[in-house]
Amino acid sequence: MIDWSPLILTFKLALITTLILLCISIPLAHWLAGSKSRIKPVIETLVSMPLVLPPTVLGFYLLIAFSPANGFGQWLDQALGLRLVFSFEGLVLASVIYSLPFMVHPIQSGLANLPDSLKEASYLLGKSRWTTLWKVLLPNIKPALLTGIVLSFAHTIGEFGVVLMIGGNIPGQTKVASITIYDEVEALNYGAANTYSLVLFAITFLILLTVYLVNGRYLKQFWK
Amino acid sequence: MIKARLRKQLWSTEGEMDLNVELSIEKGTFVTLYGPSGAGKTSILRMLAGLLPPDSGKIEVEGQTWFDSGQKTSLAPQKRKLGFLFQDYALFPNMTVRQNLEFALSKGQKSTIIEELLEVMQLTAMADRKPELLSGGQKQRVALARALVPQPGVLLLDEPLSALDGDMRSRLQGFILEAHQRFHLTTILVSHDVGEILKLSDHMLTLFEGKIIKSGKPAEIFSNHEVSGKFQFTGEILDITQQDFIFVISVLIGRNLIKVVADESDTRNLNIGDKVLVASKAFNPIIQKL
Repeated sequence: MIDWSPLILTFKLALITTLILLCISIPLAHWLAGSKSRIKPVIETLVSMPLVLPPTVLGFYLLIAFSPANGFGQWLDQALGLRLVFSFEGLVLASVIYSLPFMVHPIQSGLANLPDSLKEASYLLGKSRWTTLWKVLLPNIKPALLTGIVLSFAHTIGEFGVVLMIGGNIPGQTKVASITIYDEVEALNYGAANTYSLVLFAITFLILLTVYLVNGRYLKQFWK
Repeated sequence: MIKARLRKQLWSTEGEMDLNVELSIEKGTFVTLYGPSGAGKTSILRMLAGLLPPDSGKIEVEGQTWFDSGQKTSLAPQKRKLGFLFQDYALFPNMTVRQNLEFALSKGQKSTIIEELLEVMQLTAMADRKPELLSGGQKQRVALARALVPQPGVLLLDEPLSALDGDMRSRLQGFILEAHQRFHLTTILVSHDVGEILKLSDHMLTLFEGKIIKSGKPAEIFSNHEVSGKFQFTGEILDITQQDFIFVISVLIGRNLIKVVADESDTRNLNIGDKVLVASKAFNPIIQKL
């Protein structure tokens, strides 16, 4: 029998990361979709960096930044009692940064594709930016929201390099499924590696299939 | 009373344009902005609504300052009590017709106005449908009803009927006119349609390259004061053909195609696509009941 804790830890990490991302990305994407600010290209670049940067680079810099041996890490440790290196909290933060583009991009393009007149009509009816976003814009980009949620969730499950750098390999704390698989293979324990891999394979397949079914409206014919 | 002085540098397909207009519109009038595309008509509406900031100028409505570049004040679009009709209707797809109207209620406003507006715009039967299941004419009626929920004093219409066919247009014009009178609105319409302008507006402003070049009653502007014809219609030239020594000009008036005979000197400065006045004097029309 295999140890289920790495899988549970992985899904816990993915769930928390996705929730945090959702809260951050909606205002960020709303700003990016509507802004003509001069710093917008810089912010867009920063958001997109994790797409092209090797995860190890990101992990390395986070490791340096959060290390209690350095200024910022020391301040976090002393002022807030927060140690982000080799801890679950650190993993969450790294995952949020790493999966940010997967949440922001779908929401941003969903918002940008809505006609401006929807937003303007709502403003002219006396509604605030917040009410407009919440009641008019977001309900009309549900497929984009679903895509963002699922992609970030799946992407966090598949994370390896960043976790390895900043999380290490502490059972029950930072030992997620992808790391466990690597571990088992190193130990020539192919049977266990296969079981973990198969579970991840099946779950990611199911998640993505659900998105395509929902967004492609295949399911609509059965609801009626 | 709407008083506005607006200046804005605009970039259109024909290059830079300096929009510079002064408007003074009496309360309760129906005014049309007319002119070629790119003349700045829509920009004027958007500046009045607060959706486009003017470079400089002043907007004053019923004594209240909405915009003043001198004092750097600009009232948010949310606070300018006006209704706006968009060319693409701008209905919220996630809400039914009734919910679209209810969304427009201001805080603490009684919802009785919703039933009244549904009734007036003849939408009661489709109140629980989503906009995607409505025809273009029905959608624009919903948009009109929604714009009227907050009981604005000013209604701005940005080519609201341009996507509709002839029959629907004419019915919608009726609805717009009824709303204008019933709710004592000051209405500003952007339109290209001569018939529509003659039917709806009290006053019209002709814009060309960002300037107002004519201002007056529509009938006077379109007829140029020169003809005293008993029968006169405006239309658009669709075709000019030469037959032996005469020319036949096909003119579209409303939905009727009229062929007018002309000689060479008449046709010299006429081109296909021109807006023309067709008038006939000294004849006795026959009237028959249909």
